[in-house]
Amino acid sequence: MATVSLKNVKKRFGSTEVIHGVSADIADGEFIVIVGPSGCGKSTLLRMVAGLETVSEGVVEIDGARVNEKEPMDRDIAMVFQNYALYPHMSVRQNMAYSLKIAGLAKSEIDRKVGEAARLLQLEPYLDRKPKQLSGGQRQRVAMGRAIVREPSVFLFDEPLSNLDAKLRVQMRLEIRQLQAKLGVTALYVTHDQVEAMTMADRMIVMNEGRAEQIGTPLEVYEKPATLFAAQFIGSPAMNVVSGTLEGGQAVLPGGARIACCTAHEGPAAIGIRPEDTHADADGALEMAVDIAEPLGATTLLHGTLYGTEVAFTASLPGVHRMEAGTVLRLAVAPAAIHLFDPETGRRIG
Amino acid sequence: MSGSGTDGIVRQGGWRHRVARVVLYAILGLFCLYYLVPLVIMVSTSFKSLEEIRTGSLISLPQEIRFDAWAKAWGSACVGVRCDGLRPYMWNSVAMVIPAVFISTLLGALNGYALTKWRFRGADVIFALMLFGAFIPFQVILLPMARALGMMGLAGTIPGLILVHTIYGLAFTTLFFRNFFISVSDSIVHAAMVDGAGFFSIFFRIVLPMAIPAMVVTVIWQFTQIWNDFLFGVAFTVGDSNPVTVALNNVVNTSTGVKEYNVDMAAAIIAALPTLAVYVIAGTYFVRGLAAGAVKG
Repeated sequence: MATVSLKNVKKRFGSTEVIHGVSADIADGEFIVIVGPSGCGKSTLLRMVAGLETVSEGVVEIDGARVNEKEPMDRDIAMVFQNYALYPHMSVRQNMAYSLKIAGLAKSEIDRKVGEAARLLQLEPYLDRKPKQLSGGQRQRVAMGRAIVREPSVFLFDEPLSNLDAKLRVQMRLEIRQLQAKLGVTALYVTHDQVEAMTMADRMIVMNEGRAEQIGTPLEVYEKPATLFAAQFIGSPAMNVVSGTLEGGQAVLPGGARIACCTAHEGPAAIGIRPEDTHADADGALEMAVDIAEPLGATTLLHGTLYGTEVAFTASLPGVHRMEAGTVLRLAVAPAAIHLFDPETGRRIG
Repeated sequence: MSGSGTDGIVRQGGWRHRVARVVLYAILGLFCLYYLVPLVIMVSTSFKSLEEIRTGSLISLPQEIRFDAWAKAWGSACVGVRCDGLRPYMWNSVAMVIPAVFISTLLGALNGYALTKWRFRGADVIFALMLFGAFIPFQVILLPMARALGMMGLAGTIPGLILVHTIYGLAFTTLFFRNFFISVSDSIVHAAMVDGAGFFSIFFRIVLPMAIPAMVVTVIWQFTQIWNDFLFGVAFTVGDSNPVTVALNNVVNTSTGVKEYNVDMAAAIIAALPTLAVYVIAGTYFVRGLAAGAVKG
C-alpha cells in the first residue's frame, strides 16, 4: 500500500530528451493506466518508477520517500513484463519463490505464500511444471504470481496482455483488475491499447512524445479531452477533427455546414466530433458523402467525406444501414458534443 | 507424390529416384571411406608387431591383436632421455586443460553477460577489441608472452601455460557467450533485479543455467584448441612440464634406434582420445540442447 508521485520527471538518453517532465500524484490503492502510442515514453516512465532506468531529472517518490537512488529491490515494487520474463529453467514454484528465497524467508513461510498465490491464481496443478509447458495465459498468471507473493506496495505492469489472444486478453483484463482490487495494491499499468485503458483505469495518463497530455478518469478523458492528441487517441473509432472557424456562436465546417455551439470564441479552430455523437436527421446541419459502410451488427460505421469537400469524416449510427457509395446523408450533432481545440497548440478551448 | 516412409517423411517414388538414392549413398560411402582409412590404418598398425609391419602390407589387418605397442606408448616409450611413456605428459595436459577450459569458459560467460545485460558506455568498443584478439596469430605473441611469463616467474611451468591458454581463449569464449546472451531477453534480468538478485546471483542462478548450449559449444571448442595446441606447449614449457602433444612429437621424431610405427600410432591415438571423448559426451548433450530449444513451447 503506497502512494506514488512523479515530480517533473525527465529522461535523457545522451543528449536526446525522451521524457520532458511528467508529474502525477497517484493515490494509495489506485489503478493508473499509462496509455499512448509506441515510442511515447510510457514504458520508460514505468521503468524509472521500477528503478530499471535512472531518472535524469525530477523526483520519483514511493509512499512519500524519494527513491531515485534506490535499487529496484529496495523500492517495494513488483513488476510484470510483456514477455512474462519467467526463468525458463525453474519450475512455476521456483519462479514464484525466487524473490522470497533471496529475501531470506523461512522455507515454511515461502511454501505458505507460494501456495496462497497459486490458489488465488488457480495455478496449483502446475506448480511443478516448467514455463515451457504452460499456455500463454498460464504463463501470464505465473508472472502475476511472482509479483504478488512479495506483497509489494506497488504493482508495475508493462503491457502484460499484448502477447495474448483477444479473448484471453479480455478475461485476464478482468482478472488483473479484480486481483488488484482484492489486494488493494497501488498499480501502474502501461498499455498502448485504449480499450484496456478505458476499462481498467481508475485514472489514466495519456502520453504522447514524452509528455503527459492528460491525466484523468477514463470518462473525463473521453468527454473532455484536454488536447487534440488525447481526443483522437481515446475513443474508437477515433474522433473526427476538421479545421474550421468559429463565427457568432457557430462552428463553421469545411463545406459550409454551421453548427451552433459556443459563444466564447471566434476565429479558426480545430473542431472535433466523435462518430458516435452524430445521428441521422433530415434537418441536420452536416452533410456527408458515404464511401464505405461497415456494418458491425449493433452499429454501422460510415466512412466518407464532408459533402462537397475532400475532408474525411466518419459517422457511427446505431442499427444496420445499407448504403451505396456516394449516398449523401444528413447528420445532426448536439452542440454539447462539439469539441474545440486551438489549431496552433492543440489544447482544448471549449 | 507417392509413398511415405514410416518415419512420416514423404518421399518420391519411381526408379529414377531409386537410382538417385543409390548414387547418393555410393558417394557418401566413398567419402566415409576416405575419412576412415587413415584411422583404420592407425588402429590396425598399432595392434601389429614390428615384425609384421616390416613384412606385411600397410593396409593388411593384424594377424593377432597385440597390446604391446599401446603399453609401451603409455608407459615406457622414450621421450628424450626419459623412458616413462606418454603417461606423465598426459597428466600434464590434463592438469593444464581442465583449469584452462574452466577458467576461460567461466570468464567468457561473465564477460558475455556483462557486455550484454549490464551495458555500459564503451561496451561495444571493448567487445570489438576483445574480438580482435581472436584474429591475432599465435606466433605473434610468442616472444612478448615469453617475456611476460618470465617476469611473472611462470616460465616453463604448467600454470604459465594455463595462463596463456586462458588469456588467448577469452576472445573466443567471450564471443560465444556474448552472442548467446544477446538473444536472451533483457526483461528476465530485469525481473531478477526486481526480485532482489544482484549481479552475481543473476549470473549464477538465472543466466548461466540458461546458457548450457553455449557452454557446451565453448567447452568443446576450448578443450580441442587447448588439448591439441603444440606451439604454446613447445614454446612455454620445458621437458617434464611438456603437454602430451609435445611429448608425442618427441616420441615420433626420435632419431635413435628403430622406427617403431606401432608405438607411434598407439601414442597418437592415445593423445587424441580425450578430444574424441569430449566430442562424444558433450556433443550428444549439445544436440539435445539445440533440439529442446528449437521447438517453441
